[in-house]
Amino acid sequence: MKRRTLLAGAAVAPFAARPVFAQAAKPKIVFWHAMSGALGEEVNRICTGFNASQAEVEVTPVFKGTYPETLTAAIAAFRAGQAPHLVQMFEVGTGSMLAAGPAVKQIWQLSQETGVVIEPNAYIGGVRGYYSLSDGRLASCPFNSSTSVMWYNLDAFEKAGLDPDKPPRTWNEVVDACRILQAKKAIEVPMTSAWFAWVQLEQYAAMHDIPFATKANGFEGLETELKFNTAPFVKHLSRILDMAKEGTFKYAGRDGAPEPLFNSGTAAISFTSSAARAAIAREAKFKWAAAFLPTDPDINPQPNNSIIGGASLWCMNAPGRTPAEYKGVASLLKFIASPEVDAQWHQNTGYVPVTTAGYELSIKQGYYQKVPGTDLPIKQLSRGRVTENSKGFRLGRMPELRNIVYEEVEKAIQGQQGAQAALDSAVSRGNRILREFEKSVRG
Amino acid sequence: MLPVALVLPQLLLTFFFFLWPAGQAVWASFTRQDPFGIRTQFVGFENFTDLFEDPLYVESMGRTVVFSGSVTVVAMLVALCLALFADREIRGRNIYRTLLIWPYAVAPAISAVLWILLLHPQIGAFSHVLRMLGIGWDYKINSTQAMLVVVLASAWKQVSYNFIFFLAGLQSIPRSVIEAARMDGARGWRRLRTITLPLLAPTTFFLLIVNFVYSAFDTFGTIQALTQGGPGKATETLMVKVYRDGVVNLNLGSSSAQSVVLMVAIIALTVVQSRFLNRKNAE
Repeated sequence: MKRRTLLAGAAVAPFAARPVFAQAAKPKIVFWHAMSGALGEEVNRICTGFNASQAEVEVTPVFKGTYPETLTAAIAAFRAGQAPHLVQMFEVGTGSMLAAGPAVKQIWQLSQETGVVIEPNAYIGGVRGYYSLSDGRLASCPFNSSTSVMWYNLDAFEKAGLDPDKPPRTWNEVVDACRILQAKKAIEVPMTSAWFAWVQLEQYAAMHDIPFATKANGFEGLETELKFNTAPFVKHLSRILDMAKEGTFKYAGRDGAPEPLFNSGTAAISFTSSAARAAIAREAKFKWAAAFLPTDPDINPQPNNSIIGGASLWCMNAPGRTPAEYKGVASLLKFIASPEVDAQWHQNTGYVPVTTAGYELSIKQGYYQKVPGTDLPIKQLSRGRVTENSKGFRLGRMPELRNIVYEEVEKAIQGQQGAQAALDSAVSRGNRILREFEKSVRG
Repeated sequence: MLPVALVLPQLLLTFFFFLWPAGQAVWASFTRQDPFGIRTQFVGFENFTDLFEDPLYVESMGRTVVFSGSVTVVAMLVALCLALFADREIRGRNIYRTLLIWPYAVAPAISAVLWILLLHPQIGAFSHVLRMLGIGWDYKINSTQAMLVVVLASAWKQVSYNFIFFLAGLQSIPRSVIEAARMDGARGWRRLRTITLPLLAPTTFFLLIVNFVYSAFDTFGTIQALTQGGPGKATETLMVKVYRDGVVNLNLGSSSAQSVVLMVAIIALTVVQSRFLNRKNAE
């Protein structure tokens, strides 16, 4: 009997609750994000700030897991007609989201429909380019952007007799430094690299102004083909393979897996996101610093900008969504891009500021004097001239492409194949994926 | 009417949680879709022909057979040995048995974490010992070691299950037969080979199928947590590939086709098993 009453109560509850919602009458905005831990708290803080700043809508941030999990969840929700209003999507998902047609409302369109002006030029060039259409209209809103940098262990450098104030700037210098670190037994592992595909191929392509794929890395059309098996890439990968053989480089897994190697003081040089700063500051029991990514001057004496990583915010469509809700989304995006919010987000998280005003405000607040080195990623992102090779990537199913790179590199590290064979194989497998993607979105 | 009403909940469950999703997978395996499901084309058997023309898929099939075979052999041998010992009259037998059943209750992800703590190239306790012995242990960049790790971790989880069945099987062997053999002077190994193992055959065959099915279809959690199918594709079994292509790469057509292939395989295995057991029972 008791169970029956409970069930009846459960059945009635939604109906009983409805009038309460109707009374509140504030449209609710659902914002799915992939920021865990301290970063998630920052997102919550921004949303609370937004809710307090206006009375029209109420935004609810929801943590949905990792980036790929958030993407999968958003897709499943869209298919069920339950897409969130706003979703945070990692940069390599941009190609897929652009092909999502009616599932998303691109920012320029949102801005046009709601009358809330979201000015593309307010965003920093290197960040904006990744998320814009070829004519400069914004497809999604930049949110958390980082770039990769070289982190190095000052204590290990000192121990090896290297000048801690002069980090290696070219790849040749990196190789030399690693050999010295090894010879002087200054540390267990001279060098490692997180996000191998992003740092060693994608960033390398951008900074050296060499095409990663045809059609301006995919910005000019779906018929793009991968190009990262050309001489400069092969040379770079064989250098790393050689270093692995002589023991100066250690491959320690995919994505962020190698990061603990540096943070624990096992590796002297590590390549990873600039947003790793918070974790390093918390965990490292040694002196450390960040430096520009090394380059090869014989390929490009004037290195270009590096590209970003991170994620942007996409406005999604669902049946029965009202103009008021879209307006709420637009004002939330505008709020996030305001200088105070952007500057605080940047300073609290280690991501770069995404707006020029946010950057200038941080300068005015004296943040870069207070915490030296935090503007290094920004300098690297805005270095040189943005070319079609350094604008970013617009390739479909790019997470899969990165996995293919990992697999082929892992085979090469084990000595099962050489650098040329690894990259050839990655390119031909990757091209198949791109053709598949092309077919699936052409319909 | 009453029988129908009584079976109805089970039928509904089967329909909603098996037939419907399976039907969806079969349908999706004949289509090409973009992830958002905006454009869906019917492509006939293209997903299937693509699969079997893909050398990587064929490799993955071979790898799954090797992996499942190894897990089955390791898990069953270890369980058999333990069961043989536990079947004896020893002190604290019940504690011993209970402890051996424990791992079965451990969730795959948790068991994987335990193995990571033991075997992680940098922080693992066991790998520290291996390094001191001069063995270059790093399953993240060594295919053979990676395979070894996933086989061990998967087999470990299955040992308990096999142990219970072997022990029950051993206990159902009539004591009189064993006593008779003993009186005829058959010693340990001979008794095992000529009496115990033949009488255990039905159990062994049942476990063989169950273990193979377990290791082919139910080890995804362990592998995903330990190696994610790497290094290279060294530990990417068919199940890992279904997940990778469907959930991560959002290639729903191909992933569904792979699921359908697996479904056919599992149906075939089940038919073999029930045929065999029926024949046994009929004898």
